[in-house]
Amino acid sequence: MARTVVTTTRKKSGERAKEFNFTKEMIPINDGSSDFVRNYRENAWKAYQELAMPTTNDEPWRRTDLRKLKASSFRLPVNGDRSGYQEVPEELLEPLVSDKHAGQIIITPEGAETSTDQSLTKLGVIFSDLKTAEKEHPEILQKILGKVVKSDEGKFAALSSAFAEDGILVYVPRNVRVEQPLHSVLWGPGIDVAYFSHILIWLEEGASLTYVHEAASTDEPQGQTLHAGLIEINVESGADLRFVELQSWGEHVWNFTHKRALVGKDANIDWVFAAVGSHLTKDFSDLDLVGEGAVGKMSGFYFTDKNQHLDHDTQQNHFAPNTTSDLLFKGALMEESRSVWQGMIYVAPGAQKTDGYQANRNLVLSRQARADSIPGLEIMADDVRCTHGATVGKIDPDELFYLRSRGIALPEAERLVVEGFFEPIMQRIPFDGVKNRLNQAINRKMAQN
Amino acid sequence: MSEIMIRNLHAGVEGTEILKGVNLTVKQGEIHALMGPNGTGKSTLAYILMGHPKYEVTEGEVFFKGMNILDLDPDERARLGLFLAFQYPVAIPGVSVANFLRTAINSRRKADNPEDKGIPIPQFRTMLKEKMDLLKMDHEFAGRYLNEGFSGGEKKRAEILQMAALQPEIAILDETDSGLDIDALRIVSDGVNALRSDNLGVLVITHYQRILNYIKPDFVHIMLDGQIAESGGPDLALVLEEQGYDWVREKSNPVSA
Repeated sequence: MARTVVTTTRKKSGERAKEFNFTKEMIPINDGSSDFVRNYRENAWKAYQELAMPTTNDEPWRRTDLRKLKASSFRLPVNGDRSGYQEVPEELLEPLVSDKHAGQIIITPEGAETSTDQSLTKLGVIFSDLKTAEKEHPEILQKILGKVVKSDEGKFAALSSAFAEDGILVYVPRNVRVEQPLHSVLWGPGIDVAYFSHILIWLEEGASLTYVHEAASTDEPQGQTLHAGLIEINVESGADLRFVELQSWGEHVWNFTHKRALVGKDANIDWVFAAVGSHLTKDFSDLDLVGEGAVGKMSGFYFTDKNQHLDHDTQQNHFAPNTTSDLLFKGALMEESRSVWQGMIYVAPGAQKTDGYQANRNLVLSRQARADSIPGLEIMADDVRCTHGATVGKIDPDELFYLRSRGIALPEAERLVVEGFFEPIMQRIPFDGVKNRLNQAINRKMAQN
Repeated sequence: MSEIMIRNLHAGVEGTEILKGVNLTVKQGEIHALMGPNGTGKSTLAYILMGHPKYEVTEGEVFFKGMNILDLDPDERARLGLFLAFQYPVAIPGVSVANFLRTAINSRRKADNPEDKGIPIPQFRTMLKEKMDLLKMDHEFAGRYLNEGFSGGEKKRAEILQMAALQPEIAILDETDSGLDIDALRIVSDGVNALRSDNLGVLVITHYQRILNYIKPDFVHIMLDGQIAESGGPDLALVLEEQGYDWVREKSNPVSA
């Protein structure tokens, strides 16, 4: 069923998308903002102005074309504006990894709604929306904001840095192990709106946390919405983070994200990406193993239909010896949708005894769908073990015949094969609630066809 | 009492005719053996009866439960009560034996009654364990991915397990004996014999007489060059064992002999 694919097509045009209409005056200034935060946003604005809109001539953007982005149509959401507002669906608020959560933050254009278990506060854990954090925890913010993802890493990184008011700060102090998971939802309804988000996760030495974040919106048949976001993660020595991201944007949303996790000595991150939404996504996710013995696992699930276009760019950077990374991204594609996965394992000079693994598997369910899979290795040390694999395949007709010969009708047989294809990813997600959501997405998308 | 009736069946693949007028009837409660050398169309017949899309039927009919099933999809034929134990079962990665069988059972139930909520899980588990015990299978088998990494014997046992769970009225066993050592052959045959009843008709397709020592047929047919060349009782298999196929060839086609 599988064959290895190296794609070498090149888009002819490098024509630029239109620029956004955002101005410096739109940078949020809150009463409580520290000088540090103001400077951070102003510097990001400068970087934004200096950076050009990416085109398909830029290597990371070669397969993702922005020319249909109606950049000039977006406005910032107005606080308290309820015109055309839709409530967050109840199902998004249900706990996904346990029967309850220690804290939940729901961010909507209405503002942030936070509920946290009092025991967390006693332990010194901070789980707060960004606006509140600016006022109440400037000293913590100062230690992580902009420290993991730099504002000038890209046009959209700069844009998010400058404008993101919606966001979350998660801080777990030294040796504190949070037993119940934390959960946040970013809800971005409507069209012609630009949502910017910034999530900061900081686990001090020996801390432990499970955190689920979901970005979601309504599905709008017409128009576009923009989301640009940053996620900065710092997992210090011996700390342990399980982080699940659910990308459930409506199919009118253009979604741009820059994410990076720093993983310290003997620390561990288990990072799950589940993407079923958005019209177009360009995601940069970097795993930086900076301390000796650091371990990072990245598990990606994507399922596209209609004319969705999801582009995931992953980096597994081994900067220290004895580090381990394990990446598996699996995607299924229907109709005219398209996926791109471009991954790189980098092993820095001296990062000996490194063990790096990356695999991307795609199941293409229609003739019009297309998956590009581009693995890469760059190894500057000599005593390492790095392996990778990339496949793009179709459903084997003999498998379908076999299932049908047992009385299973064709659509159900296809669903079963797709479920089986994703099983290795499900095995890596130890949370039933998350798995159920993904299975629901599979069923929903496959039932439409 | 249902039966499968194959009448003057002509079929082939990519313009090459393989079946050249097959006539055969298998009734519930009977065991028929279909023997013949390699390449005479035995497995092709099995695939065509189940509806493999690769083959094209050019003439003839196959009646089962009062309809010509050649117009039906493979899953419809299965739900009517037809079963094929494959010679080479394919692996379905990531789909456990239990999940697969439950889906297959529920497909039938939903076809009968669209309101059906599916077989209750405890009932399904009990049934599956019983059938696994019948085939001397470890219960952990239910959790393994279907045919993935199965040995030859395990694959064949899994086929018979499916047959036991799905309770067909007519089952075709396509070279179920191939690749089995004597112990595995005995287990598989015992399994088939345990399922033997007035409600089950079986067509055992094989090269070798060996399996028929364990699964005693009521009728034996010999296929040569896409047709049934000879039919008889159980003794016919023994004659073949001693004398080979040449005498059948001569009898059916004296000119070329």
